[in-house]
Amino acid sequence: MLVYEKNSLSEEIELLIERFGKDRVALLPILQIIEKRHNYISEFAQQEVARLLDIHPVEVYSVVSFYNFLHRYPQGKNIVRLCKTISCDMAGKQEIEKALKRELGINFDETTRDKKWTLEYTSCLGMCDQGPAMLVNDKIYTKLDPETAVKILNDTK
Amino acid sequence: MENNFKKTKREGVVIFSPYESGSSIKKALEIGRENILFEVRESKMKGRGGAGFPTATKWMLVAASRADKKYMICNADEGEPGTFKDRVLLTEYPALVFDGMVVGGYTIGSEIGILYLRGEYIFMLEELEDFLQSMRKQNLLGKNILGKEGFNFDIAIRLGSGAYVCGEETALIESLEGHRGEPRNRPPYPVNTGYMGYPTVVNNVETLASIPQIITKGADWFKAHGTDKSTGSKLFSVSGDCEKPGVYELPWGTSLNELVEIVGATNTKAIQVGGASGICIPKSQFDRKLSYEDASTGGSIMIFNQSRKMLKVLKNFMEFFVEESCGQCTPCRIGNIKLLEGVVKIEKGDYTFSYINSLKDLSKTMQVASKCGLGQSSPNPFISILENFKDEIFSSNGNGANHA
Repeated sequence: MLVYEKNSLSEEIELLIERFGKDRVALLPILQIIEKRHNYISEFAQQEVARLLDIHPVEVYSVVSFYNFLHRYPQGKNIVRLCKTISCDMAGKQEIEKALKRELGINFDETTRDKKWTLEYTSCLGMCDQGPAMLVNDKIYTKLDPETAVKILNDTK
Repeated sequence: MENNFKKTKREGVVIFSPYESGSSIKKALEIGRENILFEVRESKMKGRGGAGFPTATKWMLVAASRADKKYMICNADEGEPGTFKDRVLLTEYPALVFDGMVVGGYTIGSEIGILYLRGEYIFMLEELEDFLQSMRKQNLLGKNILGKEGFNFDIAIRLGSGAYVCGEETALIESLEGHRGEPRNRPPYPVNTGYMGYPTVVNNVETLASIPQIITKGADWFKAHGTDKSTGSKLFSVSGDCEKPGVYELPWGTSLNELVEIVGATNTKAIQVGGASGICIPKSQFDRKLSYEDASTGGSIMIFNQSRKMLKVLKNFMEFFVEESCGQCTPCRIGNIKLLEGVVKIEKGDYTFSYINSLKDLSKTMQVASKCGLGQSSPNPFISILENFKDEIFSSNGNGANHA
């Protein structure tokens, strides 16, 4: 990481602390915003958050590694999360899975080389009556078939 | 396709019955705390998340405790596979949920309400925030609510980050405090030592959504539905092999046979009641009734027809638990991996019955030795599917295993 990148990240985290307060309670919201902006939470970011919240860096690491929606390594700009629960499975999840893998040329838990897409599985999305379902960033898509799933990818910038 | 679940007009006897936004808050402020507690106790309302703890008892414990601060938390971390009733309530009936929180907050003497929304439901965040804003404008939230001097209450929404175990109330509190979502030892219970160490009520979305109806229409009206021990109605999230999947409000005591009829399921082999951590009931037992005293559920109903292989279903559930176990206590962390290993071995035909029996023993150990509900209930599908479908799974010409 370049020095100016580090400086701007530190500044950004300082602003977040100002907004959410210098309190352990603020940890998760702060991490969620960093994840959203940078698509992961770097070791440096974890250390900075720890320093500014006055907690040990390993505390931040332990939280980042616990939650499925927080990442320690760079992810794609867009994250596709396909529901793998049995209801979606029975509704035809496998076909969607194949189509997504084919279209992006990667496996699940991988990121495309241009860092645009990451494919992930997720536990139940709560769309069991309208499966198969997937979450693309903050948007939910249901009743997918392979064609619409690929169209959604193409329509997402 | 996207967010297309807002159009249906729902029918139901209790929760989906007509309700005017804010009316229960008005009535609650008129009748006072003691009468609210009395009504809720009379209604015999039990927690709808699955554990079935009497709501009135929980509220009374917090109402009676002396503390500078108290918290009212709504648990919207609906992660159980096959459950989506909270999604429907929050997107279609937010007034019920939030009014329930305000009434609860008034009753227990809290000024701060928190809605813990699971990260997967982030798509509804904006609308919920807008709804809270409109409540503030109508003085249903904020300072001196509806002119009641000294009653201040506001609700904040906090997002989860994709962890099933955070639906356990103490794990949820840990998560809110900025820690890993690992359940705490209980006691002390959240009603004594909850969020930030203060007395805290954690209620399920559906529990809170029932409260406004009980307050406005009375405990007797509520009790008229359901059975003696399970009063009122329940939202069932029905998915799987049926013609009309979706959320149904049915009185407690409805039998599985009736349910199958209502949702248009044919050629049914089995129903998983209570999600991945629930039990799998074969067709021969479809006369069992959905209620706290018989087939208890937080609302998840998954229907499997004759073409489904139960071993595959079981494998899916066990993979889920291996993924979602928080890893804090050994019975759950290791136990679920061992059970999944067992399922894979059965799949390959590479097992002995004494091995299966030792796994069943392990299941019993997990049920008593695990720290929270996740590990205590994760062996349920393993035990019930192997027991109820042993012919299919273990017979050499059955279609459960790939061997033969």
